Amino acid sequence: MTDTAPAAGLGRRLAGTLHRRPRLRLSLLLSAPLFWLIVAYLGSLAALFLSAFWTTDAFTSNVVKSWNLDNFVTVLSESVYRDVALRSVGVAVAVTLIDICLAFPIAFYTARVARPRHRPLLVVAVLTPLWASYLVKAYAWRLILSEGGLADWVFGPFGTEGPGYGLAAVITVLSYLWLPYMILPIHAGLEQLPGNLLDASADLGARTWRTFTSVVMPMVFPSIAAGSVFTFSLSLGDYIAVQIVGGKTQLIGNLVYSNITLDLPLAAALGTVPVAVIVLYLLAVRRSGALNSL
Amino acid sequence: MEGTAIRLQSLRKSFAEVDAVAGVDLEIRDGEFFSMLGPSGSGKTTVLRLIAGFESPTSGTIELAGRDVTRLAPFERDVNTVFQDYALFPHMTLEQNVAYGLKVRKVAKAERIERAREALRDVRLEGYGNRRPSQLSGGQRQRVALARALVNRPKVLLLDEPLGALDLKLREEMQVELKELQRDVGITFVFVTHDQEEALTMSDRIAVFNRGRIEQVGTPAEVYEHPATPFVAGFVGTSNLLTGESAEKVVGSPGTYSIRPEKIRLAQAPADADAGVGSDHSTAVGTVADVVYLGDSTRFLVDLDTGGRLTAVQQNLDTSSADVDAFRGSRVRLHWHRRHNFLVE
Repeated sequence: MTDTAPAAGLGRRLAGTLHRRPRLRLSLLLSAPLFWLIVAYLGSLAALFLSAFWTTDAFTSNVVKSWNLDNFVTVLSESVYRDVALRSVGVAVAVTLIDICLAFPIAFYTARVARPRHRPLLVVAVLTPLWASYLVKAYAWRLILSEGGLADWVFGPFGTEGPGYGLAAVITVLSYLWLPYMILPIHAGLEQLPGNLLDASADLGARTWRTFTSVVMPMVFPSIAAGSVFTFSLSLGDYIAVQIVGGKTQLIGNLVYSNITLDLPLAAALGTVPVAVIVLYLLAVRRSGALNSL
Repeated sequence: MEGTAIRLQSLRKSFAEVDAVAGVDLEIRDGEFFSMLGPSGSGKTTVLRLIAGFESPTSGTIELAGRDVTRLAPFERDVNTVFQDYALFPHMTLEQNVAYGLKVRKVAKAERIERAREALRDVRLEGYGNRRPSQLSGGQRQRVALARALVNRPKVLLLDEPLGALDLKLREEMQVELKELQRDVGITFVFVTHDQEEALTMSDRIAVFNRGRIEQVGTPAEVYEHPATPFVAGFVGTSNLLTGESAEKVVGSPGTYSIRPEKIRLAQAPADADAGVGSDHSTAVGTVADVVYLGDSTRFLVDLDTGGRLTAVQQNLDTSSADVDAFRGSRVRLHWHRRHNFLVE
């Protein structure tokens, strides 16, 4: 048998060995990403969580590694922190709802109405804002919202003025920043929706609105949920846009940021709040059954 | 005289530069099982979609039971469709799927549940109401699609290659079932298929489509035995055309003739070729180029001395596969009654 085998070079022998050993193949494939995921990714989260149980020396600002729950008690009991946490969740919810309302018609157009050969171009167009730096976009909005800026000029004729810097500006800018993350999943969901289901619904006597509520929405709901995970979590963690256009508004990210040099353990405790909220949010999405058909 | 269920006049539908439907006139009668037969791209499915209202025609008119519905939306037309891939709603149970049409027409809940269950029972899926489409086999989905359409008691049921995705055995069962169902409910069925056998088996009348036009409308027997054009002769049944010089020599006059393979008899060619064949028969001598054993019958492909090729099908009454194989390469004489020479052009 051996003399009929092809001349065995090193590469061919290696390929043969890999072919016969599926476990070796799998470990070669996954060892690097698993290392990254476990050490760098989960490791840093664990470090964050652990440091939340330490305290800070009030005089030296040095971290004291004595275990206690003081930071969590502070976060939960002080009304400032509670208010900021609730405000942050409110902003994240508002941004998510606004993005759903804006993204759905756009995605419907790019996925179903536009000619098939234009669709990839439209998807690229939706993505173009992501090519520009986050900071540039946020500062552009600062200009738009500044006193006597574009927003004031647009609202002027209606006898009012732009929102200025503040909570409304934060919600506006975050909605703008995360919109592509909502459009893309909805676009994908609508694109996969078989067209003949819409035909079938109309055929059975359903008008357009009925088809929308009974067929389209239930079937793209998982996509909307996926998009909302992006907009919700990105909004909950943001602090830069708030600094730029938020005026005096503070969100949880700002508290983390301002505490990070002075009181790292407290910042870590604050940082676990968005993590906990997002875990709850994901559980709620899962409970809704939206992810069953994924 | 029966009423007219569907009347199409000068119906035309263009996509970009291409005429998918290039001028179709057609009348479909009340209560008839009507098939639209043709190869893919012949426009038959587009005509069906125009009748359903999923597309609107470039020009021409569509009447349903005497009413012009050309510009009406699908939900304003009293027709229902069984889709090729069934188009069941995956997020609904079977009962919800079947009751959907009743629900959007605001039938009371108790009645629609009752009717949906009844419809599922009619297609032998009683007790499956709480399952989802993904839990069913292809044949079961097909029956749900039927129930979902029929529960609305439409005047016309449109079926777009509904058996195309089923395996052969199931397909043959469903052909019989569909035909019986149609007889029972008395609804006009418009059935799109590319399978000529299916169309011949089930239909009261057939329209043969080619390149966006209708080549012939007739009963299965008319279409099979008296094809109006070479296309129909070739598409319905096996193509067996005699043309040019060969036609002149064998048939005795010029033209294009269609002969059905099962009408042709085949014998080993002795030197005295015409012995025992009446003058009312056409004969041709040739060499067997290939033998295809089909189990119940055998197909002989014969290259004629006068040019051209004829296919003859013989029942394997007394012959075995070894017997028929011996014919390969041998000289044979074909003969058939003159009345089976059918001038198509």
